[in-house]
Amino acid sequence: MNTHKINVIVRKEWAEVFKNRMVLFTVAFLPLLMTAIPLTIIYATSGSGMAGTNLSDVPTSAMGSMCPAGISGGGCLQVFLVSQFMLLFMILPLAIPGTIAAYSIVGEKTTRSLEPLLATPITTTELLIGKCLAAVIPAVVATYGAFAIFAIGTWFLVQDKTVLVALLDARWLIAIGIVGPLLAILEVTFALMVSSRVNDPRVAEQISMVIIVPLLAGFFGQMSGLFILDKQLISVVAVVMVALDALMAYFAVQAFQREAILTRWK
Amino acid sequence: MIHTENLSKKFGDVVAVEGLALDIKEGEVFGFLGPNGAGKTTTVRMLTTLIGPSAGKATVNGFEVGRQDGEIRRSVGVLTETPGMYDNLSAEYNLRIYAELYEVKDVHGQVEKYLRMLGLWDRRNDPAGTFSKGMKQKLAIARAMIHEPHLLFLDEPTSGLDPEAAHLVRDFIDELRKEGRTIFLCTHNLDEADRLCDRIGVFKSRLLVVDTPEKLRQSVFGRKVVFHLRAADEGTAAVVRKLAFVQEARVVENKIVVTMDDPEAHNPDIIRALVAQGVDIRFVGELRHSLEDVYLQLVKQP
Repeated sequence: MNTHKINVIVRKEWAEVFKNRMVLFTVAFLPLLMTAIPLTIIYATSGSGMAGTNLSDVPTSAMGSMCPAGISGGGCLQVFLVSQFMLLFMILPLAIPGTIAAYSIVGEKTTRSLEPLLATPITTTELLIGKCLAAVIPAVVATYGAFAIFAIGTWFLVQDKTVLVALLDARWLIAIGIVGPLLAILEVTFALMVSSRVNDPRVAEQISMVIIVPLLAGFFGQMSGLFILDKQLISVVAVVMVALDALMAYFAVQAFQREAILTRWK
Repeated sequence: MIHTENLSKKFGDVVAVEGLALDIKEGEVFGFLGPNGAGKTTTVRMLTTLIGPSAGKATVNGFEVGRQDGEIRRSVGVLTETPGMYDNLSAEYNLRIYAELYEVKDVHGQVEKYLRMLGLWDRRNDPAGTFSKGMKQKLAIARAMIHEPHLLFLDEPTSGLDPEAAHLVRDFIDELRKEGRTIFLCTHNLDEADRLCDRIGVFKSRLLVVDTPEKLRQSVFGRKVVFHLRAADEGTAAVVRKLAFVQEARVVENKIVVTMDDPEAHNPDIIRALVAQGVDIRFVGELRHSLEDVYLQLVKQP
């Protein structure tokens, strides 16, 4: 595998995609919005109204896994409330690259730029990795940036610094630092696979959105208390995601039939 | 440079290319002519490893299609049917991408060389989407040349271009020929093929004929010489017909049109015979059929 060629594809994709101001806006705006929501909750719950909160006011399901020993009742409630939105950081990388990836192959089909590109010595794997990274990297960088802003903001806003320790525990670091990018890779490889099988960018985008449905189920599952995303569960999710990513990447390469793409598109 | 044996391609039940046998030598400009849907682009795609053959063998630059596809792609340049540029990116960046994918050593130098050569240097920072069709086609040719391939596949290089742009592209192809590059030229422009190609293959799902333009004319129509006389009649034609090498002689107004194999050798004999009869000869010239006549004659055949 030639990393230089992958790098060329990544730079080419970025040069094309970021000429579009709306794409730039999407990449910047959504992370900022998702950062503002939990920070607003922390700000709102940092007032005197939370001071009298007892640990007995906190849902028992949250006690063991979320709140560290020695935390105040108000602090634990803050951790519980904000934890619901921490999942947003995990699925944030999904919000940005889907459109880019869905358009990636089918867009080149419609502009007829794919045939000369395929006539170069680039392999299918190099091409797809390049396109995948071009979509995933901005999303992951934006997510990490947003999470860094969140962590700094939380440091200034919380009175009980144990809240920050609870929110930056291994569970969320794995969720946001590892599972999030793995989810993004899964979504992007799925979108690339769809993109190489359809002839219309809109169809590619619509179909590739399907991958978000089970992830939203996970989000609402935690919100409703159906399960608590603890360190063990998120570690299992991370391992499963690695396997799913590998499987999806395999399918994406298999689905990318150069001949079918060149001869069947109209 | 290119060798194919029984190369075939089917799409379901449709036979696009059937039993193609070709040998194209180094430095040759080979014209590949055929009607729309004849399988020309499919053939180019097979030879450039974009699609695989259904049967048969092909080697390109000594590399076998299907087994050494990477080597083939590295060693050939392809101008596809449509330019397919990245319209949002500058002309320079469009070329830079390909120079880097082909791992050209002096990327900047090569990009500048071809942008200047094709008259696009002053517009190098403009997005390709702002270019006219002719400029895009020139940019696509530069892209095909960026890694200096010795073998070029040009699919309809002057299609849809205005006469001036087409002329420039043809001149460029002629320059490439002078440099000794091998060119596989798919075209509908028969005049272009006649002027540029050393040999021509007429193709309609299968190869109907391959030869030099001149020999194709001869094989289809024979060689014809027109004798312009002060006055011509059947008696004059009969004198010519008596000569053993004359295949046909017919009167058209004040001319006698003579069909024979070797005009260079036999024209003096005809002139002597006519002068001996007291016929005044105004001038003598060869009747050249256009390649279009030849092509239409061949393609019409069942």
